[in-house]
Amino acid sequence: MRALTWHGKHDVRVETVDDPGIVNPRDAIIKVTATAICGSDLHLYDGYIPTMRKGDILGHEFMGEVVETGPASGLKAGQRVVVPFTIACGACYHCSKQQYSACDNGNPADDQDIAETLYGQPMSGLFGYSHMTGGYSGGQAEYVRVPFSDVGPIVIPDGLEDEEVLFLSDILPTGWMAAENAEIEPGDTVAVWGCGPVGLFSVQSAFLLGAEQVIAIDHFPHRLELARRFGARTINFEESKTYEALMEMTGGIGPDAVIDAVGLEAHGFFVDNVVDQIKASTFLGTDRTHSIRQAIIACRKGGRVSMPAVYGGFVDKFPLGAFMEKGLTLKTGQTHVQRYMPALLAAIMEGKIDTTFLISHRLPLEKAAEGYRMFHDQQNEVTKVVLKPGLDQAA
Amino acid sequence: MPDRDRGGADDAPAITSKRSDVADHATGRPGGAGGDTLVGRSVTIARPPGELYAFWRDFSNLASFMDDVERVEMLDDARSHWVVKAPGGGTVEWDARIVDDREGALIAWTSETDADVENSGRIEFRDAPGGRGTIVTAVMRYDPPAGAIGRLVARFFRRDPAVQVRRNLRRFKQLMETGEIATAARNRAQRDAEKE
Repeated sequence: MRALTWHGKHDVRVETVDDPGIVNPRDAIIKVTATAICGSDLHLYDGYIPTMRKGDILGHEFMGEVVETGPASGLKAGQRVVVPFTIACGACYHCSKQQYSACDNGNPADDQDIAETLYGQPMSGLFGYSHMTGGYSGGQAEYVRVPFSDVGPIVIPDGLEDEEVLFLSDILPTGWMAAENAEIEPGDTVAVWGCGPVGLFSVQSAFLLGAEQVIAIDHFPHRLELARRFGARTINFEESKTYEALMEMTGGIGPDAVIDAVGLEAHGFFVDNVVDQIKASTFLGTDRTHSIRQAIIACRKGGRVSMPAVYGGFVDKFPLGAFMEKGLTLKTGQTHVQRYMPALLAAIMEGKIDTTFLISHRLPLEKAAEGYRMFHDQQNEVTKVVLKPGLDQAA
Repeated sequence: MPDRDRGGADDAPAITSKRSDVADHATGRPGGAGGDTLVGRSVTIARPPGELYAFWRDFSNLASFMDDVERVEMLDDARSHWVVKAPGGGTVEWDARIVDDREGALIAWTSETDADVENSGRIEFRDAPGGRGTIVTAVMRYDPPAGAIGRLVARFFRRDPAVQVRRNLRRFKQLMETGEIATAARNRAQRDAEKE
C-alpha cells in the first residue's frame, strides 16, 4: 500500500510499504477514506519528538471503511468508522475510569520502558506518534491495522459526510475536553491561547458549556476571524499587549479559566521564548512554553488552567509562585477520546457543533508531503489539510 | 526467621532496598555464592487472584507471555523443564521444582542443583485494595552465567533480567486483562520477525 512515512526533520515521503493484516483477535483493518494532518504532526515534522524511526507511518486522525476483522473485533466489514488516536484496551483500571489515554495495555510492553523512565508511568499507545507511544503505524495511509477495535472506533450512521465526523478522532474531543477541564461556570470569561483547530473547538465548546465570554488569542488574522465567527472576542498579540488586554476586557479581574492550546512550539518573539529556543537547540531544555506562562499570570485568583497543548519534556521558569499564591488549579492530559465520541457525534448530528469550517485544503494521499509543507509554512491560510487516498491526483 | 518481604528497618519491599546483601536476605538463602542478582516487580491486574494463580501454576503457559522463554514443560505436578533463550542466540535449559505452593496466593520454585543458571523465583497474588483486582509480585533471584561479564553481555542484548521481568509482567497483565498481547506490528510477518 501507499503511506506517508517519516525520514527526519522536514523529510516525509509517500512510499510503498507492506500492507497491514490482522495480528490479534480484537484487530480490524480499516481502508482509509479521509485522514488529516494534525498540528501535533508538525512537532514530528520539526523533529521535536524523540524516538521516531525512519520509515514510521504518521497520522492519528483518520476514518474509513472496515475491510477485515479479527474474531473478537465486534466490527463488520463495510461499516464506516472514525478511529480514536488513543489506543486503549477497555479492560484495565484506567479504562474502567474512562481515562483512556492512560490505558495500561495499549502500549506494547517493550515500548513502555522509555515513558516509564521519563514520566514515572507509561501512557497509552497512540497511532503514528513515535516509539514512546508504541510505534504504531498511523493513518496517513491506504490501510491501517486498528488494535482493540471493539473499544475504539465509533460506527458512523449513513447520511453523514466524512468531513463532518473525521475530527471526532482527535481535535474535536481534545477541544471539548479542554473546555471541560476549564470547569466553566455560568458567567465565566474563558481565554484561549492559540486558534489552531484545538483552540477553535475549545472556543465552541466553552460557549456550549456555559461561558459568557470567550477571548481568543493568536497572531494569524484568518484564524482570529474564525474564532470571531463562533462569538469569541479576539486579541492579536502582535498588535495588542495580551496580559493588559485580558485584564481590561475582564474589568481588572483576569479570565476565570485559561486554556493553553499552543504548546511546545509557541511562536512569537518573546524573551523567554527565544531563550527556550536556544536551550531546545542545545538540549538544555526541550519545550518552548511562552503561552502557558502567560496564561498562568493572566488567570484570575482561584481560577482554572486547562492545558490541552502537547508538552514532552522539561521546562524552567515555570511561574510556580504565581500558581501557588493565586491558588490555581491545572488540568491537562492527552485526550480520553473514547469517552467523548458518542456525545460529540450526537452534537454534530443535532447541528450544535460545526467542524467542516476548519478544512482549508483537500489533497490526495500522494501529495501528503506537500500538505505538510503547506501546513507548516502557511499557518494563516492553511487551517486544516485533509488527505483522501481516493481523491483524483489531478485535484 | 527473617521477614522476606522487607529489605530493612522500614516497610519498603526488599526489591527496592539499597543494601547489597539483599538477595540473600530476601530469599532466605544466606551464605550463597555471592554476586547473586535479585530482581522483582509488582503489577496490578484487574482479575481475581485465583484466576491468575491457576494460569501461572501450569508453567507451560508461561512461554505465551515470557519473551525470553522458549517453552516450559511440566514433568510432573511439581517439576518443570525450562528452555530459555540465551544472549546472542542458543538456549539455556534447566529443571526446576516447586518449593512452596499456596493456592490462589503464592508459587515459589527453584532450579535443581545441577542447573547451568542457578535461579529461583516466587510469584505472589494478593487482593488489591479498592476492588482493583490482584497485586502480582514477581521476585527472581539468579546467578548469572559467567558472573558479571555474563550480566554485561546480557545487558547488551537487552536480556537484562530486570528488564525481562518488567516486560514479562506487563505482557502477563495484557494477556489476562485483554486476552491478547499488544503489538505495533503491522502484520503477522512483522510480529514474527520481532519475536526472533
